Amino acid sequence: MAAVSARVSAFAERIGSAATPPGPFRSGFWRSPIRGPWLTSVFGLVLLFGIPVMFVTGVLSYAAYNPGLGPINDQTADKGLLGFYLFDWPTRPYWLYRLTQGLHVTLGVVLVPVLLAKLWSVIPKLFQWPPLRSAAQALERLSLLLLVGGGIFEFVTGIFNVQLFYVFPGSFYTLHFYGAWVFIAAFVVHVSLRFGRMTRALRSRNLFRELRTGVSGTRPEPPDADGLVPVAPAAPTMSRRGAVGMVGAGSLLLLVVTAGQSIGGRLRGTALLAPHDRDPGHGPNGFQINKTAASVGITPNLVGPAWRLEVHGSGRPVVLSREQLLAMPRHTAALPIACVEGWSTADQHWEGLRLADLAALSGLPAAGSVLVESVQPSGPYSSVMLRGNQIRDPRALLALRVNGADLSMDHGYPARVIVPANPGVNNTKWVHRLTFRT
Amino acid sequence: MSRFLRWYGANPLHLLVLVCSFAITGYACARLFAQRPVEVVIWLVGAAIVHDLILMPLYSLADLSARSVLRHRAQDMPTPAWINHLRVPAFLSGVLLLVWFPLIFRLSGPYQGATGLTDAVYIGRWLAITAVLFGLSALILAFKLGRIRRQARDDEERPPASAGKSA
Repeated sequence: MAAVSARVSAFAERIGSAATPPGPFRSGFWRSPIRGPWLTSVFGLVLLFGIPVMFVTGVLSYAAYNPGLGPINDQTADKGLLGFYLFDWPTRPYWLYRLTQGLHVTLGVVLVPVLLAKLWSVIPKLFQWPPLRSAAQALERLSLLLLVGGGIFEFVTGIFNVQLFYVFPGSFYTLHFYGAWVFIAAFVVHVSLRFGRMTRALRSRNLFRELRTGVSGTRPEPPDADGLVPVAPAAPTMSRRGAVGMVGAGSLLLLVVTAGQSIGGRLRGTALLAPHDRDPGHGPNGFQINKTAASVGITPNLVGPAWRLEVHGSGRPVVLSREQLLAMPRHTAALPIACVEGWSTADQHWEGLRLADLAALSGLPAAGSVLVESVQPSGPYSSVMLRGNQIRDPRALLALRVNGADLSMDHGYPARVIVPANPGVNNTKWVHRLTFRT
Repeated sequence: MSRFLRWYGANPLHLLVLVCSFAITGYACARLFAQRPVEVVIWLVGAAIVHDLILMPLYSLADLSARSVLRHRAQDMPTPAWINHLRVPAFLSGVLLLVWFPLIFRLSGPYQGATGLTDAVYIGRWLAITAVLFGLSALILAFKLGRIRRQARDDEERPPASAGKSA
């Protein structure tokens, strides 16, 4: 270790003694008079609150898939210790996943301008010379690469995924989940090393005075140890108030053109640039669709008159036609569809058989789990496992009808699962087999 | 302690926090790189490079060029306020494009089939929002310039009167 450190120091000295290269490596290159610790800290403070909310809602989303029930539900089965926090996902409040995932995606979009501004404010640090002064600094810069690379990676994969723009190298779940741990590990280091500097910088200027200072009154901050404040500042063309205001306006605009897809109702129409900004149809089945029947290979003959529901449990399997299902005691529940992509619907009025009644029919009223299989040709989410608490919630249904009409093909005709607080893809459509287990 | 400071360059807590973080990073990376490791590394490091060495220089250069090119045409305008009437709508329109470009440029193959919705609407909406942003900014600038011109005219008319009084 000592030898490595000595070598780093020697290397640093050799580079340091060489002349500073021209361009961005020269301290006179960066001239914006508003760059400085205060401005950086304002953006940093916003991210200090925003990033933890995104991380927590993100890891909650993983828990919501109930990965503990087996590889069918688990896209990152080799998670090891990173799944240490997992717990049985509850069914109440019924809007829980709608809230956590809407928050995760909307906040991710809204924070983009703040992230850009934060990175702009510290860009001179990327070109500091000499690049490595000590072993400590070398390690810290490696951590910063993981912070910036990991952070942008998380924002990009998330934002691409909600637009179904699958250009990233591999499964979204794998990349976004493990990427989140790389990012958050570097984020915690960054916060713990910089928190003191951030609070000092925020206290160094009066926010209210700053908000009253226009372009003509804008002066650079006093020189700082980090070299953010320019040594040769240009004349100001924008005040600090203006910069914070412009970034805030960017966030607000993104909020306005995005949030409606998660709030629904009349506000859905305001989500002008969001992927689920309008209803795909009219009438009882007119609400949002995650995957249409055609897109996953469901043909009318797969769900025609020959369709049967198989219910497996302790005894002989029970096989039921749709007419027989409709003749059984039906129950109703008002529940939303809430997708991992952040959009959701208002409560829809579902009508069908309680999963608890079907469990009793299978001979396992106290079933610990159920395997739900779709007629959908094999693919992701053509089958899913649900847990005992989800089976026994009185609002958990095998739905046959919605909003007073039969399910449409795109919403899972002849029968689909709907469970409170369940991620959308786990509410399997076109169900043909339920296998209850103890 | 001082010997440690000399050879490491920071206090021991700094080292402990970083090693702890790198251990978690290593654990996650082993899983992140399990499949297509080279491409994942390119995406992870490339994210930082594309932002820091391409996107940021490009928008900084655009800002500098706009200021230097338009300065000559804006000599009769109050400097430097006018640049922000270009900067702010360009920034707002730009972040909308940056976030939603796959939909705006219809790059997502599965979108229409999966959702039952068309993505043909987005480019028109983005252009409309852009038009509104620049239009509003132009209106506000026109209003400001009008006020400044009126003020200048008033100032021109006034001095002879005050000169007459003092004489």
